[in-house]
Amino acid sequence: MFRAMSPIQEGIVPAFTPPPLPSDDKRWKIVNGTMRKNGFARHALIETLHTVQSSFGYLDDDAIRFVARSLRVPLSQAYGVVTFYHYFSLKPPGKHTVTVCAGTACYIKGADALIAAAEKRLGIAQGQTTKDGNISLMTARCVGACSRAPVVLCDGEVAGEASVEQVLEQLERWTVE
Amino acid sequence: MSDAVEVKTLIIDGEEVSALRGQTILEVARENGIDIPTLCHLDGLSDVGACRMCLVEIKGSNKLLPACVATVFEGMEVTTKSERLQKHRRTILEMLFAERNHICSVCVSNGNCELQSLGQEQGLTHIRLPYRNPELPVDASHERYTVDHNRCILCTRCVRACAEIEGAHVWDVMGRGINSIVITDLHEEWGSSTCTKCGKCVQVCPTGALYDKSKIGVDHPKNPDFLPYLNLMREAQ
Amino acid sequence: MTVEELEQIAESVRLENAKYDHEIHVCMDLACASQGADKLRDELVKAAEAAGKNVLVRRTGCMGPCSSGPLVRVDPEETLYAHVKAKHAEAIVASLGSLPVPELQCDLSSHFDKQVRVVLENAGHIDPEKIDEYIACEGYKALMTALIEMTPAGVIHRITESRLRGRGGGGYPTGLKWSTVAKASGDQKYIVCNGDEGDPGAFMDRSVMEGDPHRVIEGMAIAAYGVGANKGFIYVRAEYPVAVARLTMAIREARRRGLLGSNIGGTTFNFDVEIRLGAGAFVCGEETALLASIEGRRGTPKPRPPYPAVSGLWGKPTLINNVETYANIAPIIRNGGKWFADMGSERSKGTKVFALTGKITNTGLVEVPMGIKLREIIEEIGGGVPDGHTFKAVQTGGPSGGCIPAEMLDVGVSYDALMAMGSIMGSGGMIVMDDTSCMVNVARFFIEFCMTESCGKCIPCRAGTAQMYTLLSKICDGTASMDDLELLEDLCSTVKEASLCGLGQTAPNPVLSTLKYFRNEYIEHIAHKRCPAGVCTMKPQEVLA
Repeated sequence: MFRAMSPIQEGIVPAFTPPPLPSDDKRWKIVNGTMRKNGFARHALIETLHTVQSSFGYLDDDAIRFVARSLRVPLSQAYGVVTFYHYFSLKPPGKHTVTVCAGTACYIKGADALIAAAEKRLGIAQGQTTKDGNISLMTARCVGACSRAPVVLCDGEVAGEASVEQVLEQLERWTVE
Repeated sequence: MSDAVEVKTLIIDGEEVSALRGQTILEVARENGIDIPTLCHLDGLSDVGACRMCLVEIKGSNKLLPACVATVFEGMEVTTKSERLQKHRRTILEMLFAERNHICSVCVSNGNCELQSLGQEQGLTHIRLPYRNPELPVDASHERYTVDHNRCILCTRCVRACAEIEGAHVWDVMGRGINSIVITDLHEEWGSSTCTKCGKCVQVCPTGALYDKSKIGVDHPKNPDFLPYLNLMREAQ
Repeated sequence: MTVEELEQIAESVRLENAKYDHEIHVCMDLACASQGADKLRDELVKAAEAAGKNVLVRRTGCMGPCSSGPLVRVDPEETLYAHVKAKHAEAIVASLGSLPVPELQCDLSSHFDKQVRVVLENAGHIDPEKIDEYIACEGYKALMTALIEMTPAGVIHRITESRLRGRGGGGYPTGLKWSTVAKASGDQKYIVCNGDEGDPGAFMDRSVMEGDPHRVIEGMAIAAYGVGANKGFIYVRAEYPVAVARLTMAIREARRRGLLGSNIGGTTFNFDVEIRLGAGAFVCGEETALLASIEGRRGTPKPRPPYPAVSGLWGKPTLINNVETYANIAPIIRNGGKWFADMGSERSKGTKVFALTGKITNTGLVEVPMGIKLREIIEEIGGGVPDGHTFKAVQTGGPSGGCIPAEMLDVGVSYDALMAMGSIMGSGGMIVMDDTSCMVNVARFFIEFCMTESCGKCIPCRAGTAQMYTLLSKICDGTASMDDLELLEDLCSTVKEASLCGLGQTAPNPVLSTLKYFRNEYIEHIAHKRCPAGVCTMKPQEVLA
């Protein structure tokens, strides 16, 4: 129930110019493209963050700042959005990612044992990346392959009816690479 | 259709009252001297219906409605006090007291805290729930104010006052669920944020989460009454 | 695009298909694809070429019985092959025109006999990436009928007559929702498709979006005509990249064919659809949170009323339905409301798609008429619990639902019956548990889910679920007292009654339903420090000084 509160009358407001691209990295042009396609409207925030994450692998402060300024979204609001959605990551992912599905069907069929085994082998907790940046261990809230539970995704590749041995073998292969 | 009638009559706690179409139950109740407890509501800010303290019963419906956002209708029968409502209100307060570290005796807002007074009003004598005792930071980087997340109840009054009244939107909420916290800018220090130092957020904070550094050790009441005045002046322009 | 042009396309597809002696359908849905269906299809094409046979190899959406995958069906014989590997391609091609390959043949008649396919009528039959194949199966005919022969009020009347209820879980009458949006004032209205299938253990909507995407688009277009909207959004989970790709392609194809865009079917009706990606938040299945997310904000729900039907996206009247609801629209328009209302039970009409998973022989997607007994789904269609274990419970409705015990299996499936048992229909996940599942542990799993998925806006859900999780963990590790159980039940009532949105209001359901039917398991954990299923590890008892 509050109105736009710009003290400057309409017409006198200088035309909005989006900030310059953070660097000459070509990926920023892709990000800018998403924003332009949406007319730099505020509602394009999540779409744009998706583009940043798919281009750069994660979202750092500079990227969030750039997107927020371009879409005229308050910084705190943009950060609130980034941290609300689990899909967005503030840290770069490892070279490889193993994702264990922790949906109900997978849980019933022993996904927690897979997670525990991977955590033990890698020495990290779920959601983390090994110190050498090689492997990230993630969990998913159901990838929709429930009929083949428990499901593990190795670099996006779906493996059904996964066993602890299979997961450890895969981690081993990545480690010795 | 009865919707076209501007004046509605309804019953709150057995008392017949009249209201204007579009008014909330809370507004009408307070106009008539009927008290409904609130925490996230503040006159002059938009309502979010988040704290659930103002839930009331409506005859004919099993659902409890937040009085701060539910609007009146003709013939509505509202109950603001019942065993069921009191039970939920007490449990919600317990949840709040156990969620973070509310230690009244060492708090700057001791004696002037809305959470504390609500606890007293609702006859809360002890907390049955296990205390969560989270380790939360205190940010004293601002030259005038401090935010102590241990005392924050996430009512988002600061977020709304900053965005709606000051127009700066420096505050927002990050994370989700039990891990939510209020932040300034990109979760940066308050002192180096884009804060305008107006202090509105401090005045609207119901607890000792946001406080004025110069007031430590002295009685520290908050004065959020300026909000309706500011809105009125804006309307007039 | 006119009705005649639509018919021409259908005819040309039929003529094209008639050129082949056989059609080999390969299921390429996630479960089959993860077992090499891709390679299998390539091998089948190669084998057919090598054998010089006149065969069409077609990629299709989910055929249903995923546990028998990869699946292949040979038409016109309708021979179904299970567990097919790339190495079997030659044998299958060689068998065409003579007897089927015996070692691959499977008899799933008990699995299919009681199923009725409405939503899944095309799944396993058409190539989801080819709009013409959809058109050949009467696709977009319903849209044309609606636009040319019916008034918007007539469309809504037919949906009302069908007595279809929302398939997202709530079961709100679809016709009533549509007429509310139609009556709402405002010249800009929106159509939203909720494809944020967040319930763990449910994948019906994914399969529909991937296997028959045009059906969803057609349903949305008909809805748009009915309520007077010209813009639609499909909100899809980012975790479903294939669904996103298929829908993107389907929208493009539909635009190319003039089935989306301006002056559809030569009328004055305009409608277009955009895809919006979710970003991993279960709460965005709640409609006001979903709308906030489409607007680019945190997915926190708002108190209703006002309902989105009156004030939704950017404050405009908005119709939100789930994928499966839209998937039912075209057949209802084609066959009439009565046809649909003749299926199902007294107050739940039509069919429902369930994702059958967990400790059950035939996992996969099944579509059954409403009113069918749970026992028929689990024992006949699902083939019962495998490996000599005994059935303990079936969980429906995901984190908002409950666990239904063996003694309730003769109840017919309907919105009201499931609710009466302390569960909900939900979007259609059905997870079977056997004697190796601990019900307290299952309740804790769901509460942990709700705790981490709570948006944090309202206190009962934010702090209440966290407290419930702590108490359930204590019960699971044998450190809880009977007072803790009482406190847990008390918290359940406040979280259920005082939470702002559906997530919080239903979060206690898994706890309440397991307390109702499996209270003895809770007592065993608390009083005897023992987990009857042998799942929970008890903490060593503290020695009292």
